[in-house]
Parts: sequence; structure tokens; C-alpha cells
Amino acid sequence: MKSSVIVFPGSNCDRDIAVALEKMQFKNQMVWHKDTKLPKSDLIVIPGGFSYGDYLRSGAIAGKSLIIDEVIKAANSGCLVLGICNGFQILTETGLLKGTLLRNKNLKFINKDVQIKTLNNETKFTNKYKKDQILKINIAHNEGNFFTDTKHLDELKKENLIAFKYCDENGNENQEANPNGSLENIAGILNAKKNILGMMPHPERMVDDIISNEDGINLFSSLLN
Amino acid sequence: MKITEQIIDKHGLKPEEYQSIKKLLKREPNLLELGIFSAMWNEHCSYKSSRIHLKKLPTKGKQVIQGPGENAGVIDIGDDDAIVFKIESHNHPSYIEPYQGAATGVGGILRDVFTMGARPIALLNSIHFGDPKHPKTKSLLNGVVSGIGGYGNCIGIPTVAGETKFNETYNENILVNAMAVGHAKKNKIFYSKAKGLNKSVVYVGSKTGRDGIHGASMASAEFDENSEEKKPTVQVGDPFTEKLLMEACLELMKDNSIISIQDMGAAGLTSSSVEMASKGSLGLELELNKVPCREDNMTPYEMMLSESQERMLIILEDGKEKKAKKIFDKWDLDFVVIGKTTNTNKLTLKFNNKVVGEIPIEALASKAPIYSRKWIKKKPCKNTIELKNLKKIKIEDALIKILSSPNHSNKTWVTNQYDQMVMCDTVQRSGSDAAIIRIHNKDKAIAVSVDSSANYCKSYPLTGGKQIVCENWRNLITVGAKPLAITNCLNFGNPENQEVMGEFAECLEGIKEACEFLNYPVVSGNVSFYNGTNKKNIFPTPVIGGVGLIKKLSKPLNHSFKETNSSLLLIGKTFGHLEQSCFLKENYSIDEGMPPEINLLNEKNNGENLLKLIDKNLILSSHDVSSGGLITALSEMSISSGYGAKILKPKKLTNLIKYLFGEDQARYIIEIKKNNSTKVEKILKDNDIYYENIGYTQRDFFEIESELKINVKDLFKINNEWYNTY
Repeated sequence: MKSSVIVFPGSNCDRDIAVALEKMQFKNQMVWHKDTKLPKSDLIVIPGGFSYGDYLRSGAIAGKSLIIDEVIKAANSGCLVLGICNGFQILTETGLLKGTLLRNKNLKFINKDVQIKTLNNETKFTNKYKKDQILKINIAHNEGNFFTDTKHLDELKKENLIAFKYCDENGNENQEANPNGSLENIAGILNAKKNILGMMPHPERMVDDIISNEDGINLFSSLLN
Repeated sequence: MKITEQIIDKHGLKPEEYQSIKKLLKREPNLLELGIFSAMWNEHCSYKSSRIHLKKLPTKGKQVIQGPGENAGVIDIGDDDAIVFKIESHNHPSYIEPYQGAATGVGGILRDVFTMGARPIALLNSIHFGDPKHPKTKSLLNGVVSGIGGYGNCIGIPTVAGETKFNETYNENILVNAMAVGHAKKNKIFYSKAKGLNKSVVYVGSKTGRDGIHGASMASAEFDENSEEKKPTVQVGDPFTEKLLMEACLELMKDNSIISIQDMGAAGLTSSSVEMASKGSLGLELELNKVPCREDNMTPYEMMLSESQERMLIILEDGKEKKAKKIFDKWDLDFVVIGKTTNTNKLTLKFNNKVVGEIPIEALASKAPIYSRKWIKKKPCKNTIELKNLKKIKIEDALIKILSSPNHSNKTWVTNQYDQMVMCDTVQRSGSDAAIIRIHNKDKAIAVSVDSSANYCKSYPLTGGKQIVCENWRNLITVGAKPLAITNCLNFGNPENQEVMGEFAECLEGIKEACEFLNYPVVSGNVSFYNGTNKKNIFPTPVIGGVGLIKKLSKPLNHSFKETNSSLLLIGKTFGHLEQSCFLKENYSIDEGMPPEINLLNEKNNGENLLKLIDKNLILSSHDVSSGGLITALSEMSISSGYGAKILKPKKLTNLIKYLFGEDQARYIIEIKKNNSTKVEKILKDNDIYYENIGYTQRDFFEIESELKINVKDLFKINNEWYNTY
């Protein structure tokens, strides 16, 4: 499977995701933001970091960059797109995903391991997980507080477009287990065609037992499936 | 403009220093030149009060590739790998403007590391605040922590370890020390020494603005009631630009384009150009009209003294300009040839086709003043504390008081604001004795820790100096790393005060003795004097940052108990030294007496043999015993794991309080499997190591035989309350 990781100035999880993809036997290449052509890819990843310093608004400038038009075209023609953290923020800025990511409720940057629950395991990104499987995954963000309008929220629920929700160790989706104030504990969502996933937690940080755990591996192996 | 006494004083120069300047120049300086002298001769850049003492520190060893004097120290970790690291203070700016002060502290130390060709792989910090009840403490804490996080998180380098401490001595002068650690190829280290004539001097990075002018001079003076007015001397950080600058520099460093490179830190363009020229015994000519400026009509004075961040000076090999410029264009950064190397041994500054300043390089560097300041030896305090004279206290209450105190409370409120995981090589995050960072794509790792013990250093600087080095060394040992070298950040009061100078001299003597004995050389560092306000000096606070090597990373070791029913051993002898202990400070507000004695022989023997046990895979968890004594260390092992422990009273016991809370040094707690006891004890005996069997791990309850029994969950709560309710 061929993957492309888009590198913006200020991306800082680009190497991490590349390491994870290569470990999972993806044929990966890095694509510079000033490029105007996207190599043939089955998967496009928009990595975490602070693209363009997150100035103006997280993801806002990246959402208008040269390469992003190509990403939008590819996504609209069905290519798989994964946006992690800043990548999720960028996807909402492009309109490929609806909703937005507000400042964390406690107004602080949060880095810690949290539990998330796999709500929909029938997607290209999650088919190797069990339904409602609880994963322990690292988050690291300032603006991860997902918000959207009622109409979109209804659509997310009705169409089963919520991929992950924050929960406690027993799978309860309560406010204590909600690290950033996200609407209904939402941690990751899909578009209507389910070829685009945006998520705040970092699966690429969870593919190596010696530094964390291997809860992120199945996201990548799902894609290979 | 005529140079008046008032102008000289405003530049922080003493009248006799001005006389020396005139002698060196053989004329009166103009204002630009005076500004340059003030930037180079202040304490921060010249080390004029500290230099004669710093010379005594051990800086060599088989593991040392580059000692002090460069942008950072470099050590050998085997194969073709080198570790580049340094710690630096940003105390004064952080007190005036906590967010930007702390942020640019991180930015500055990162530049020191990647300037040398290393990719930064870890950040650490040591931050000291005043009394939590002081009206400024809360906002300073918030500002500094978010500033450190703001910079490190954005640039994408994990902040993996540190210490956050409170003491009223820092009420009006907080300490913010940042340490950066990088990884480089041994044969690809870049230095600041200029070489060759007529080589291009290139300015890269951000544009120069009017921020931070005279920052280094500010950092070389005491605060007074007008300190708030110094806000404009604080620089503003832009981690995004630094990320671009870092990537561009590392990209350029892949081939042989660079002759020398120096970041523009304190005293900006002035100190970077002087540094390069003086090391290469060359001259440097700069055309200031070419300096990229952020604002209109900037004067040569402002350009030379600005401390705008995220800038570098590079001397390029002939014919490499085009290729180098392409890289900086790619990263959207300025790249301008602003001058050349000369054989005049002078710093020559041209503006509008006129020479506006010319100073012999040696006048700014090797001929800068050096002071052998008077100092007084600290008298040992004869007072000892008799427990029988104090109000009786229950062990449980005393323990709770310590675990819930600001200095011993769990610090996840702080560390959760730092990205500790980015780069995906953080094996052990903060919270343990030391953090562990894997070398990318290899199965070896380094361990890093920063430590300080200001109250020990205040009460008896010689012992205090030794103690921090030893504690730092122990912290690396407990995670299974062989300690290799240190960097130090020496935070002291006014060096013109003989007592302060005495604290400095004796702390350094202590550091020297310990480093020599442990073969733990100092490879980089920074001195910060004039920490104090209105003649009140801070406690002497040397901070030690240590780096150790884990040759083969298998299962990382930390201080959390691993299972129930394993044996607990205490390595090292307990005498019950309570003076200067956290027990007396937290429970009785007593801070009299001498710090615990250091026995370097025991330190070395205990540490090295623990490392052998770890290498033989015999240790489940280990923790050094420091502030708060044995009982505090044991509770920390419980709290972080959720497992309890039962501690048995020793048979020959003089006083249980002293046994549990005493802060005797060279001690470790180790958790071992019961069936490994014989093997472990034999090794300890064979190596003449004093140890005791103190108990075993169990489920749920933290217990001291017939004295105390607390649910670990309650201990956890007690330990986690303070920050969340502050």
C-alpha cells in the first residue's frame, strides 16, 4: 500500500508517522507543502504538529496551502485520508470534515495517555479493532475540543460516523474521561463516505511496546486489510 | 554623542572598567562601541567573576569530545554517536515576563545544541518559584510552565524531565533553567571557530527587531522596584521560525559547506561575531546595512545589541553560497551575506559606507576584565536538632504533610502541559528519577535528569555542591544508566557580596570534588549571578543536569513497584540525619543545621554495584532516597505503581522518626524477586555494601509495622491534591 505524508512547515509528527507506516510495511513518501502534484497514493496522512506555527488559527493556513488542493481532489475521488491531531484540525479547515476543534476546556496544552472506545469498527481505518474496544492512546494538543452543530451531530450518530470517543478504563463515556471538553466525548470522526478519518489521539505513538503500547497498530493494519 | 558618566552607568559599566576600555582602544569609544563593550563585558557574557573558579572544574575524560567553551558540551556514547547538551538560565527575563522569558530560554538552549550539528532529542528544565502564598507565584508558575510548553511543544521536541520547586527565597527572583540534549554523528560536530580569510559571513533566520536590547546587561544586575520597566529587554520567541531554522541548519550541515556556525543568543550579533572571530584569531567586517531588519530606521547600535531570537551567523566555505541559500529559501528564511573574515583582528562595523565602529577583538574577549572577588568561607553550623525538644508528631501526619506539600506533590499538572512523547523515542517519561530517551533507530538509550538542593547549598555550600552531583548521579543509576557527564547552571546572588561569592566558590569546590571522584566531568554550563532583589540574595542554587548511557535497552527500569510479595532492600547506611530535612522544614518550619554528609567512596561503590545488579537483570524497581527520607521514597514507589508495601522495623533502632525521615545520602531502595535474594545479597556482601532487608511489597496498603497503615489510593489522593487546588 502506498502512503504519502504531507509535510508543512511546522509539522512535527511527520517523522513519527513515517516510522509507524514503514514499520507496518507501507510504501511511504514525504510530500512537501509547496509541491503541486501528489504522488500516486492509497493513503494520504496529514500529520500532527504546528503547521505554519498554528498562527491565525490551528490548521487555518495549512488549509489554504498549495498541496492541499491536491489532497482535496484525491479525497473527493475516494482516496483514504487520515488526519491526526493538527491533521484533524487542517481537515476541518478544508471542509473535508465538518465541525471544528476549539481550545481545550481547561485552556491548557494536554499531553497524556487517555482511553478511547472504538465506536465504529466497520471502516477502512478500524476494521481490525473489535466493536467498543478500549484503546489507550496518547493525546497532545491545545485545541482538541470537538464541536459541531446539532444537524451534523445527528448525522454523525445516525450514519455511524463517530470513530472514537473518549472513555474511562471501563468504557464509560463520562465527563471525567473527557480530557478536553469535546462534544459528547468525540475523539475522531469520519466523513459521510467514510474514506476520511480525523482524530485527535496519536495512533503513531502507540506502535512500540518499549515506549508505550501497541494499541495503535491495528489502525494501520486495518488500512492494509 | 558625548559619553557621560551617566551613560556609562546606564550601560552597567564601572568607572574603572570604562578607563580600561579607553586604554584598550587608545581613545574614547563612541556610543555604538560602548554598547558593544557593555554587552561583552557584562557578567552574563564575560564570566568575569566566575572564571577563575570555573577553571577548577574537571572537564576531561575519555567520554568527553568537547568540554566547556563551545555552544554546548559533547560526549561520546559509543559507535558513531555523540550527545550534545547544555543547560542555561533565563531567570531575569522570566520574572519580568514569564511566558516569553521561559519560552525564549528554551529556544536559546535548543539553538546552542543544533548549532553544533545535533538534532535535539530532549528538553529538561529546573524551575524555582517563591512561596506559593506570595501574590505573584501563581501567575509566574502558570506563565513559565505554559511558556516552556509553548516553545517545546510547537518545535516538536519532547520535554521529558525536570523539577519544580518552591521556596520564599525566590519570591522576587524566580529561576528558570532550561536544558537541551541532542544527538549527532561523532564526525559531524560543528564548532564556532572561524577559519580562513575573506570568507562569507552569513546571517540566517529571523529578522532583527528592537527586542531584547541590553538583555544580557539586564541579566547582570540585581532587580529593584523598577524592574517591571525592563519588560522591553525581554525577547519574544517564535518556535515556528526556530523549527524552520533548525531544519534548515541541519539540512545544510549534511555536507561540508559550513566552516563555523554560532547562534545569536545573549548580546546577539555582537557576541556571535566576536566569539567566532576571537576563537579563530581573525577579524570580522560587517556591513550593517545588509542586516535584515524587522523595523524601519534601525541604528547600528540597535542592530548590534538586539537579542531578537531565532538567528544564526554562519561562515561558509567558498562557492557554497548558492547551494546554502537554496536551502534557506526552501524554509522561507532570510539568508544574507553581511560580511567577511579579515586579518585585522578587529571587529569592523560599516554603515552607509562609513566605518561606524572598530574594536580589537581581543579587547572584547581575552582582555575583558576578570575579577578575583573576595569571598568568605562558610562556618559550619554547630546546632543539632533534638527531637525530644520538639512537639511530638505522628508518623502518619508527618508523612501526609510531606506528600501534600508543594515541593513533594505529584507534578503531572506541570508535566501534562509538555509534549513528552513527540519524536516517539521517550522510553521513560517524567515522574521517575530520570527520563530515558532512545537513540533513534538504535537499541541504546540515554538517561537524563536535572537536580538541585538549594537548602543544602545554603546551609553548607561545600557539602551542598557535592550532594547535588551525587544525587544526580544516583538518579541516572536507578534507571540503569552509566552516568557520563554533566552540565551545570550556577544560580547565585550578587558576586560583589563576599558571602555570596563564598557560596559560589565553595559550591564549586564541592561540585569539583564529587565530579572528580565519580569521573563525572562538567562539559558545559552557565553562570547566573545577581539573582536577588534589593540586596536580598537568593539561596545558592547550582543546578546539575546529567546524562548517562544505557548501552542495551531491554526493559526500562523505573521507581514503580512491579509486583506483590517481592523483597525490598535498602542499600546504604541510615544514620538518621534530620538537620536540613524536609521533615523538619514541613512539620516544624526548622531549617537549621548542616546538610547530610557525603561519603564519595560509598556513593561510588553503592552506585556502581547497583548498576551491576541492574545489568544482571536482578532489579524490578529502584529509587534513590533523597528529600523526605526512606518513608517518602517508599511512598513514591507505592503511589506510582498502585502496589503497597510492608516495612518492618529494624531490630536495632534508636529512633523511628530519624530512621524513616533522615536524609542520609548514598542510599537506594531496590525491589527484587524473593528467589533472587540470595544472589543479590551475595553480590552486595562481596562488594562491602551495607544493606538492610526492610520489607516486602503487597496489595493495596502502605504499612510501617505497628505504626501506620494507609490505603495506597489515599496516598495517591494526598499526593495529587495540591496542584489541582492551587
